[in-house]
Amino acid sequence: MAHLQLTHVKKSYGMVEVIHDAGLEISDGEFVVLVGPSGCGKSTLLRMIAGLEEVTSGDIHIDGARVNNIPASDRGLAMVFQSYALYPHMSVYKNMAFGLENSHMPRPEIDQRVRRAAEMLRISDYLERKPKALSGGQRQRVAIGRAIVREPKIFLFDEPLSNLDAELRVAMRKELAALHHEIGGTMIYVTHDQIEAMTLANRIVVLNGGHIEQVGAPLDLYNKPANLFVAGFIGSPKMNFFEGTVSAANTAETTMTLGEGTLTLPFALERSAGDKITVGVRPEHIDLADKGAGDLNVVVDLSEQLGGETYFYATPEAAADQSQITVHQLGQRLLGRGEVLGLKLRPHQVHVFGADGGILRHGPGES
Amino acid sequence: MNAVRTFITARRDARAWHWTDVFTYAYLALGILLMFGPVVWLALSSFKTQAGLVEFPPTFLPLAQVEVPVEGYEDPLPLFRVTMEDGSVRELAQIRRIGIVAQMVDPADPENVMRLPIADREPIREFALAWKNYIDPLQKFNFVRYLYNSVFVTAAATLITLLINSMAAYGLAIYEFKGRNFVLAFVIGTLMIPITVILVPVYLVVTELGMVNSLWGVIIPGAATPTGVFLLRQYMLTIPRDLIEAARMDKASEWSIYWRIVMPLSLPALAVLAIFSIMWRWNDFLWPLIVLTRSENYTLQIGLNSFQGELNVQWHYVLAMTVVTLLPVTVVFAFLQRFITTGIASTGMK
Repeated sequence: MAHLQLTHVKKSYGMVEVIHDAGLEISDGEFVVLVGPSGCGKSTLLRMIAGLEEVTSGDIHIDGARVNNIPASDRGLAMVFQSYALYPHMSVYKNMAFGLENSHMPRPEIDQRVRRAAEMLRISDYLERKPKALSGGQRQRVAIGRAIVREPKIFLFDEPLSNLDAELRVAMRKELAALHHEIGGTMIYVTHDQIEAMTLANRIVVLNGGHIEQVGAPLDLYNKPANLFVAGFIGSPKMNFFEGTVSAANTAETTMTLGEGTLTLPFALERSAGDKITVGVRPEHIDLADKGAGDLNVVVDLSEQLGGETYFYATPEAAADQSQITVHQLGQRLLGRGEVLGLKLRPHQVHVFGADGGILRHGPGES
Repeated sequence: MNAVRTFITARRDARAWHWTDVFTYAYLALGILLMFGPVVWLALSSFKTQAGLVEFPPTFLPLAQVEVPVEGYEDPLPLFRVTMEDGSVRELAQIRRIGIVAQMVDPADPENVMRLPIADREPIREFALAWKNYIDPLQKFNFVRYLYNSVFVTAAATLITLLINSMAAYGLAIYEFKGRNFVLAFVIGTLMIPITVILVPVYLVVTELGMVNSLWGVIIPGAATPTGVFLLRQYMLTIPRDLIEAARMDKASEWSIYWRIVMPLSLPALAVLAIFSIMWRWNDFLWPLIVLTRSENYTLQIGLNSFQGELNVQWHYVLAMTVVTLLPVTVVFAFLQRFITTGIASTGMK
């Protein structure tokens, strides 16, 4: 149970700065997910909080106390590693008891805590086994159990589910969410999987290239991305982006070029004619229309029938340089490769970004 | 038994001989001859009598001349097969030899002494083990004392070697610090200095420390070995860093990471080093010879040397005691050798 504060935290390896001025506050009981593409510094940030990496500059406070120079073992945190990092020569019981033995806890209490955690994670039957004899999911539980028994101030998870197969990952994700409700600790969770981030987090921290791009609740990030990166990163399949130029602007609406046609947005932008802007539209905010009746015509490349929903991947007919557009439709829609159809963007639900990638304006939402 | 038969008659194709089978078996046979020949020769020779050892041409098996009791003679007489002048062959006992003539007698007819040229006779021999070679030195020499010294030196030196080498290896493998590679290169560099070069300075140090004629004088100078540090360090590098970090997060002290995580996981490498150390220490000759001058401190190898006088070498004792000396280290090797082949510990990582 703890409050964590990062202020102007920087990390460099030699001349290379990998974390640039990170500031973050995590309050007691929160489940915060650090998400970003690989190499964005999310693991480094977590390891700095853990005390496994030194902080180049800036401060880390846990419960108000500066911990920069406190070694990992004395910070009172627990970490679950991507590789599980179970001690291969110790039984599951010993693995879980190791941390408690190191803090010289009396035997009966160790026993009680280990057994309670084992019960919670349903690994009581394997306590005498070596990690080698466990499946991936069971090892993962042991690794989590090892963290739980310590009753740490903060739980740190470093991509804990990435070694599991898809089915197990979904199951463990639910269990982790349930676990957070049950024990209610502060948890910081690193992942590159935005679905994990969306489903688990109270708050998501999106990192890119060592910068914190946006911090917010999952749906805030989804509905109101602060920049192109967050817009593209959060949501699966990705948001579609259309680059264009403002052709006319007044207080009520803005018109921009879209491929060879134009798109009219029902709101004002602080931009004048000639400015470059990017419009982002989520796949579910695009409607199908007849050829020529929509905002732009596209050629279908591929359609994925999932039964309850359908995804189309299509390329604009007009401009060959435009990237692929993803369209989501509910229900079953049969469309063949090469078919040409029109797409209509829902203007109230677009996101408009400036040339620098920052948000200019979110669409007003459902109209 | 069946498994052994299948194993030693294994072929590439069970139905026919391929030339690679022939080649392989020939190569292996040669290998066995080269490796085991001297050992077998040593073992067999250790059972030969003193006379049997200097015989020319040498015999492969330990043989002794057959002796028979003959009426009228106190001691049993050696038996010979003699070709008589008329071409018949008789078995006669020799009473004594005078120059090139031997006085011989038929054990069945002890009255009739014959004088025959020695060229016509040939000794009758049988397979016999000269246990005396083993019993005498075990009784006469302080063998048990030497054995104790050797065991003590080997055991203590191996334990110390494992402990301090693994500590050095831990430092060089787990910690990252400036000059780590330099320190490692420095440690390995000492391999290039032959022991003969540092013999005198080390002896002076040992003398100053008052360890001459003490077993510790043998144990301590060789306890830190660059080979051991390097071997363990390379093995420890393969231990996933996550495990060390997990232990740090688990509030483990450095000692407890070393003792409870790294050491158990380095067991295969430790076993290899233990085998090496045991072999080195057990067979060590030069350094103990220099440090140990009083016979109650001798190790086995030095004890063996004492059978070798300036004028006379008691080969039968040397050979017999060499066999005894070989046995313990062979047993140790038999038990630990599987660790050499199973190098990799399961890490529990996916």
